[in-house]
Amino acid sequence: MRAFAYERPTRLDDAIALLTEQGADARLLAGGTDLIIRLRDGSIRPRTVVDLKRIVELDAEIRDGEGGLTIGARTVMTDIAADERVRHDYEALAEGAAVVGSAQIRNRATLAGNICNASPAADTAPALLVYGATVVATGPAGMRRIPIDAFFVRSGVTTIGVGELVTAIELTRPAARQGAVHVRRTRRRGHDLASVTLACAVRADGVTRLAYGSLGPRPVLVTDETGLLADPAAADTAKMRRLEELFFGALPSARSMRASPEYRLAMLRVLGLRAVATAVARLAAGSPQA
Amino acid sequence: MTARRPIDVTVNGRVRSIQVEPHHTLLEVLRDDLGLTGTKECCLVGECGACTVLVDDVSVDSCLMLAVEVDGTSVTTVEGLAAGDRLHPLQEAFLQTGATQCGFCIPGQLVAAKALLDLHPHPTRAEVEDGLAGNLCRCAGYGQIVEAVLLAAETGDAAP
Repeated sequence: MRAFAYERPTRLDDAIALLTEQGADARLLAGGTDLIIRLRDGSIRPRTVVDLKRIVELDAEIRDGEGGLTIGARTVMTDIAADERVRHDYEALAEGAAVVGSAQIRNRATLAGNICNASPAADTAPALLVYGATVVATGPAGMRRIPIDAFFVRSGVTTIGVGELVTAIELTRPAARQGAVHVRRTRRRGHDLASVTLACAVRADGVTRLAYGSLGPRPVLVTDETGLLADPAAADTAKMRRLEELFFGALPSARSMRASPEYRLAMLRVLGLRAVATAVARLAAGSPQA
Repeated sequence: MTARRPIDVTVNGRVRSIQVEPHHTLLEVLRDDLGLTGTKECCLVGECGACTVLVDDVSVDSCLMLAVEVDGTSVTTVEGLAAGDRLHPLQEAFLQTGATQCGFCIPGQLVAAKALLDLHPHPTRAEVEDGLAGNLCRCAGYGQIVEAVLLAAETGDAAP
């Protein structure tokens, strides 16, 4: 690995000052499970690595607020997957976090890092999209809130500006009861990157939100407001036709070694239909554990 | 070229104050600076788990952590599992089931298994398989490895 300077600020302002001054020459280190791979393979060559784990304003807590849950920037996947509140109200996010990498990776990888890395295959992104999460970022101009759908641009690129860093992710408490699930397709069972990663949330008012990743430069959110997908009595053939309409924007890369574009598109529909069925059943059961 | 940084870290129960290069991983410092070569270097991308160690009792891939990040923590490597001459129940179980085969992945398997049993003292087979999904064995000796962990879970209670 090439040498770099290592900074471990204890205050958010100091981190922002470093990031503002050094721009692209500085890289943030949270869990490091993506960053250190890229430092080693030389695909990034920062002058400075800024470790944010001692910044007092950033924490690894999941907090219950009046409007919902706030997940601190240092919270790791293991803790999100195990959190009873996340499992109860944001089940698809708990399921997505539970399949990121291996136990060793989940013990280090943060949710904030996962979205900032902006891999199209990120397993937490579809759930954050269906739940309409908000990214809280702080920079030289102060704090701002970015809807998750306006956060992802393309692989490795987000709308985070120079000098800005993510301090938390907020999940609004759902207004209506919903059933949700995360599903994915991998080459092998266990530790693998997803060929298709997808989350679905069906609301009691008939609105179904689906988000998928690994089929284009960024994860994509689509919404069905016709009520068809949420209808337990509707035929699967009709739901499949609706899903095909909703998934028109899926654009899997032909260069990926994980799966062919045709396979991914086919699996997207299959997983979409399965996820809708599971989410509808969970909504009907009224229990996230159903 | 960059300044070495002082860190304080407890390794297998022994407090160490060492100087590390900021761009050296925990794996490199364990093996090259501290001579603890039980922890293996293999894929270097967090896929294989051969470099698994515990940091404050949590399993991590030491190839994906900078050594400076363990400042102030307690690290356990495979060398820290046995108590003197007495092997850890997991090590005994690996010997009994013939789980070791070529041996290269075993330090990582043992440490990952210890983390798993510390969290779930009586795991199901599925929980063992899931808990060790980050540890590859190119001998494909998974059957014996899973058996060993289940055996250690049974016998571990009796061990001091």
